[in-house]
This record gives sequence, structure tokens and C-alpha cells, in this order.
Amino acid sequence: MAILVIAEHTNVALGAATLNTVAAAKAIGGDIHVLVAGAECAAVAEAAAKIDGVSKVLLADNAAFAYQLPENIAPLIAEVGKNYTHILASATSNGKNILPRVAALLDVDQISEIIAVESADTFKRPIYAGNAIATVQSNAAIKVITVRGTGFDAVAAEGGSASIEALTVGGDVGISAFVGEELAKSDRPELTAAKIVVSGGRGMQNGDNFEMLNRVADKLGAAVGASRAAVDAGFVPNDMQVGQTGKIVAPDLYIAVGISGAIQHLAGMKDSKVIVAINKDEDAPIFQVADYGLVADLFEAIPELEKAL
Amino acid sequence: MKVLVAVKRVVDYNVKVRVKADNTGVDLANVKMSMNPFCEIGVEEDIRLKEKGIATEVVVVSIGPNAAQEQLRTALALGADRAILVECNDELRSLTVAKLLKAVVDQEQPQLIILGKQAIDTDNNQTGQMLGALTGYAQGTFASKVEVAGDKVNVTREIDGGLQTVALNLPAIVTTDLRLNEPRYASLPNIMKAKKKPLEIITPDSLGVSTASTVTTLKVEAPAARSAGIKVKDVAELVEKLKNEAKVI
Repeated sequence: MAILVIAEHTNVALGAATLNTVAAAKAIGGDIHVLVAGAECAAVAEAAAKIDGVSKVLLADNAAFAYQLPENIAPLIAEVGKNYTHILASATSNGKNILPRVAALLDVDQISEIIAVESADTFKRPIYAGNAIATVQSNAAIKVITVRGTGFDAVAAEGGSASIEALTVGGDVGISAFVGEELAKSDRPELTAAKIVVSGGRGMQNGDNFEMLNRVADKLGAAVGASRAAVDAGFVPNDMQVGQTGKIVAPDLYIAVGISGAIQHLAGMKDSKVIVAINKDEDAPIFQVADYGLVADLFEAIPELEKAL
Repeated sequence: MKVLVAVKRVVDYNVKVRVKADNTGVDLANVKMSMNPFCEIGVEEDIRLKEKGIATEVVVVSIGPNAAQEQLRTALALGADRAILVECNDELRSLTVAKLLKAVVDQEQPQLIILGKQAIDTDNNQTGQMLGALTGYAQGTFASKVEVAGDKVNVTREIDGGLQTVALNLPAIVTTDLRLNEPRYASLPNIMKAKKKPLEIITPDSLGVSTASTVTTLKVEAPAARSAGIKVKDVAELVEKLKNEAKVI
């Protein structure tokens, strides 16, 4: 068996999620190759070659791949992937965007967001916002899979010495173009990679009050998240959303502030190692999953917490 | 231009589903069913395009059981002009759904096709992208803004870490994210009017699409339960516990 892992990257740096996806590939078992498709991304290929367990890196360096446009990248992955038994990508916004297009080009079903590998053809994945776990088996010739990072412990980023092979396939299909992007500039860690996450909900009352959480987060080296209710109310941008329809996180410590604990939010954070809930409503469902619950007015508790840290 | 929106009948998002005792699936008997929330956003977006004079006709399509007519009537009440139901009682995989939609797209020739980014039952997040591959059209997934300009559509997408804007040649496919719009409610007169709007029922066979799949669900289980912990009395006790008991800070 040979497994192709699609690298998550920014053209200059390898994304941490790739290490979890390689871990899933290891659990399947077989020769693991990593495809780095991007523009002027040789440094990423070098980093990928050092990942523990990777035997070969394929580098597709082409201006058409600079912004990961799926119209251009999916045909490349489908072409390269024909020679593999499995194609794996991280369930990031990028992986979710590209991989189903690859699966359809190969005329196979995709298995989304696996959290466990039972065997080379059988996987576990959450459905209904994590309220049920399905075990699914695929008899497709090529298994196309996205991997939820929280389900697999990252492999070591160092220790491997894979060969790097340059590819010259693919190019601009000419039906889509990159216009621009606005990326939030933050010194805080990425939500899905952070060891500690502090999240606010509707109880925060407005966007400005999130500044209180930012200060606590800075003391803890934490990322700041939000519930869907806080996003819907316009307090904070959607990329901060933790939940079924947002980011799935599983940090060592998750602090939920002013979050009631809707099913859709719990689906995004209930695999955290330790959960703290701060809410003035003692009947809030969040307390049913919290290791430590504090029934208090967050506008008193959060400044106090900031001082105590 | 003609626009098409796909909607799925799913368990209502307020329902807490339970796994069946025999682990064959989740119990959907006597459970409230609704239009998938992301599909509702898609319907709203198409109706707004019509109100702006960009879209001339809004066609809504659903693939599912006969009862999915209910969701199609809702879309018609919200402002869609015409509905198509591809009636099928089997549980379909996203690739099959994409193939059925491709067949409908071939017949209808819409310029813009809007879908929800994912259905809240299977949580696959695949169909729009797959339809993109099958039609050869460009895709703007997880959209928070859609602007049609001449023969292109600019789509602002919710991506990890922020927003990305892409320009796509029409025809194109868009999948909706939460912030794209806030769907309206249907008014009673419009609900009455919707009963008279055309709703065509066809079968996968008539579209020449097989519903076979390479994936089988072996079992469905409840997730490992997490039990409630303890209540602390104040912030000082919380910090003490996190430092000395949980050892996470």
C-alpha cells in the first residue's frame, strides 16, 4: 500500500496539521509520500522530508498553485493520486475545499473527518455534530479521506530523511483567480493548535468585552475562540468559531466563558482534556461536561482570573 | 440569469439525536425534520439575487424522500419560482447526490448553483466541491459574500485564519457559510401562494444515475460520555485546582 498525504502549508512553512494527518497514514500502514503543491514552496518540501515516517516528498511548484485554488490543484492531486491506495488531507478549510473535488475526479466517495483508523479500509467518523460516531468501510480502489487532527497525535516533525522529487504536471485551468485575502494578525497561537483555548459566548454581550478574554489568553499563552451564538451576534469573526460548523479543538485546557453549551458548541470542544466553565446560570448545559465549574458573573470573575494568573 | 439552489431535508438542528439501540443508525422516528440550515442560507441568497434583478429565475432542487416536498414548499414560500424533487428513499452518499445534481444542472443550465457547505446530519461537506469537479465549474466554498459582476462572480470565503476572495468564471458553484446572510421567514400569504407553484418529481433512474456506493456504514454508536466534574466556589479555588490538581497551567 502507498499513501499520499497532501501537505497543509503557507508556501513558506509546513502546517502543523500535516503531522496529525501523517499519524493517520501511519495508523493505516504503508509507504507514506507527501505532496507539496504550491508556489516557491521548496522550504516546505524540505520540512516535509524531515517528518518521521515519510519516505518520499513530491514537490509541485507552480505559480498556479500559489493560493491553493481547487480548480487547479484538484486535477494535480487526482493525477498523482491514481498510483496510491489512499489519499489523505487534513480537515482544514483548505483540505475540505480541495479533497472532495479530487474524489469526484477519481469517481470515488470521500470519507470526511475521520477520528480513528480501524483498518486500512475501515474508519470512524463523527456524524450529527458528534452526537453519534459512525464506523464506515470503503471498498473504493482509492480511499480519499480527510483527517480530523484532534483524533491523531502528531508525529515528530524531525527524524525523517525522505527524498524530494519535483513534479511538472498541472497548471492554471483558467476558470478561477485569487483576488485577495484578509488574514487576522495575531501573536496568539492558532485555535486548532493551541494548548489552551479561552472562548466566549453570548454572555460576553459585545465584541469589545472579548478584550477581557484576550488579556487572560495572553497570560496563559492561549488562543481565543467563540461560540456560534457570539459569532451570529456579530461580536467576533467566524474564524473564531468553535463548534460543529466551525473549528474542532481538543486542547489541554478549554475555558468556556459565558457559553451555555449548545450541542453544536460541545461538538467542537468536548474532547478537550480539561474543561472549565464560567457562567452565571448554574443550570447551563456546559456544566454537564465541565471538569471545573464556576457559577459567577463573568464580568467579575474574568478580571479576577486575569489578576490571579 | 437562472440560478439553482439545492436543499436537503435533515433532522431539525434543535433536536438532540439518539443512537438506536441496535447501532444501525440514529433514531429519526417522530423527530422534527427541517431544511438544512446552510441550505436555507443558500435559498435566501438566491432570492436576494432575484430581488436585485441579477437572477431571473430561482429553481430549487432536493434529493430525498417524498416528504422532502415539505422543504421544497418552504423554499417556494420564501421566494423560489419552481421546484424539482429527485425522489429517492435510499441514504445517498455525497458523490451520488453530486451526480444527480449534475444531471439536473445539465437540463436546467443555471449560471449560478448554490448549496449549503454541509448537511448537519452526515456532516460531510463534499457535495458542492464534487459538483464542481463533475461540471468542470469553479467553486467558491464557505462563502460569506457573493457578488455577481458581469460574467464572473466574486466570492469571499471563510478560511482558517481569515477571509479569502476569489473571482470565478460563470457558471460557478457557491457553498454557503453562516455569515452569508440571515434567512427570512415565510409569510402566510406566501406560504399559500407556494402551494400553487410548480413542483416536479423525478427519479434517479430518469436521470440515468446509479445510486450504488463504495462506502458502507457498519455501525453507529453514541460517543463516549463526559461526566460533570465539580463546582468551585471562587476564582482562587479554580486557579488552585488548575495548577495543582489538573496541572494544566
